[in-house]
Amino acid sequence: MMPKLVQPASPAGGVAAPGAASLPPRCGLGLKPEHFRGILETQPNVGFFEIHAENYMVAGGPLHHYLTQIRSHYPLSIHGVGLSIGGEGGLDAAHLDRLAALIDRYAPESFSEHLAWSSHGGVFLDDLLPLPYDRDSLSRVCAHVDQVQTRLGRRMLLENPATYVEFAASTFTEAEFIGEVVARTGCGLLLDVNNAYVSGVNHGRDPWACIEALPLAATGQIHLAGFARDVDAAGDPLLIDTHGAPVSQAVWALYRKVLERVGPMPTLIERDSDIPPLPVLLAEARRAEGLLQAVAGSFKGNAGPPQVSLPPTGGGLGGAWPWGRSGVAP
Amino acid sequence: MSTRHDFARALLDPELPCPAGLVAWNGSNPARRFQVYRNNVLVALVDALASNFVVTHELVGEAFFRAMAAVHVRAHPPRSPVLACYGADFPAFIASFIPAAGLPYLADVARLEYLRAVACHAADVSPVGEGALAAQLADEGGLPGLRFALHPSLAVLPSRFAVVSLWAAHQGVGDLAAVVPDVAETALVLRTGLEVEVIEIPPASGVFIAALQSGRPLGRAAEEATALGAGFDLAATLGLLLQKSAITTLHPSRSTP
Repeated sequence: MMPKLVQPASPAGGVAAPGAASLPPRCGLGLKPEHFRGILETQPNVGFFEIHAENYMVAGGPLHHYLTQIRSHYPLSIHGVGLSIGGEGGLDAAHLDRLAALIDRYAPESFSEHLAWSSHGGVFLDDLLPLPYDRDSLSRVCAHVDQVQTRLGRRMLLENPATYVEFAASTFTEAEFIGEVVARTGCGLLLDVNNAYVSGVNHGRDPWACIEALPLAATGQIHLAGFARDVDAAGDPLLIDTHGAPVSQAVWALYRKVLERVGPMPTLIERDSDIPPLPVLLAEARRAEGLLQAVAGSFKGNAGPPQVSLPPTGGGLGGAWPWGRSGVAP
Repeated sequence: MSTRHDFARALLDPELPCPAGLVAWNGSNPARRFQVYRNNVLVALVDALASNFVVTHELVGEAFFRAMAAVHVRAHPPRSPVLACYGADFPAFIASFIPAAGLPYLADVARLEYLRAVACHAADVSPVGEGALAAQLADEGGLPGLRFALHPSLAVLPSRFAVVSLWAAHQGVGDLAAVVPDVAETALVLRTGLEVEVIEIPPASGVFIAALQSGRPLGRAAEEATALGAGFDLAATLGLLLQKSAITTLHPSRSTP
């Protein structure tokens, strides 16, 4: 039942990608300008491509030229890195408008952003920064997610972060916090298995226990990536989420366990630095596809299809207002 | 002040202490961990500049460029999450950056590179049709009052230095050792199709194109170019603009522009 990639010579009738309601439960790759031509020439059999929204918020030129062509052949995920959903101030309305225009133009199957902040006081810091998990942050994040979903007219996925510090002020665990945001806003979960592993190690916790505590029923997509190793002031391991290395064995093992829990799920291999040639990334994608196919087989054997992408509130499946509304925490 | 405020300030100011309220599971000093964020921010923003100023980077070398860019990033962090055109103030910063004073042409090379970045991402606009163009050029009486809209990627950079030759030598065109930096050159930057081009043009052509771009009519623009006294070839300059699909709209003098 895997959607087949339509070759350029095929009649338009069989196009599976654009306009589909959701990403296929296959492995996708981050789209990098150095691979534009190779992708168009070789039409690799990958499930989808993902772009960073902010990279394409330009008027014209080669980025839109190539994205338009590639998008006509593949499902697309748009992944924001600049909305600053965990920020203290309000969302940047002009930026949200730019995002809405990009989403209107490319009609991606998925839109996701991060549980993090990246702007403060009008300055963009170009990193995904951590926030205290307290009631104040919760009501702000829920209000921001509501605002994004309302402006875009669609459900978004929120990604669990990789963090290096924690806040004394936090009163929720990360999983509890994300669970509350999902429950109150109806957003989905972008489960970044690498981030969960990095954060688990960095904060002395069992990564699988951290993953299990997340609202996994709301998972709409999975990210896999590589990290770098450092140490903290006590000499304990401090993993850095670089997106600059192959996916680690530990993360592959966690990914397999996640799939057994949630069923086949759109999965992205993220690589944003030290970008290797396309065939190297395709090999990593094939490994993920192998696991996806294995789990698809085992899920077929079960009584019914897995409820893999439904949030607890039943969001995203039609109806006039598919998302829950966030209340203000008392 | 607030948590995010202290955090954000300390990210960009290495003199500030690690913000209060951070903890680590093993009781270790969180400053070491905070340093990861400081480093991430600096590296990301310096990399954003490096991607727009490749030749500037090559001219001064990795260590010098990153040190210079770090000073700039801390003083002028981006105001937008869209970084494609980050670095508008970087050339002026370079011009005032004392350690770079030994390379007086460096700021103009950076100006050229910034114009290339802007040109790369400028809007796609079709050139004026040949029929419309021929009709306007046939109306000799109306020519002096004719105004032009030029392609949004187009820019003119007059320089006291050999910016085009310096830039080209870093693209494998010409020999860098043979470039005499102190020779004035005027650069025309524009995108044709997907490619951003850098073309050396006579100074008078630069004056003419810049005048057209700022909305002055053909006659006035040609007068300004001729007044430079360096010889001005109107036909060749217009021919270049046409060849590069740089004229996007014509506004006859009788119509309101």
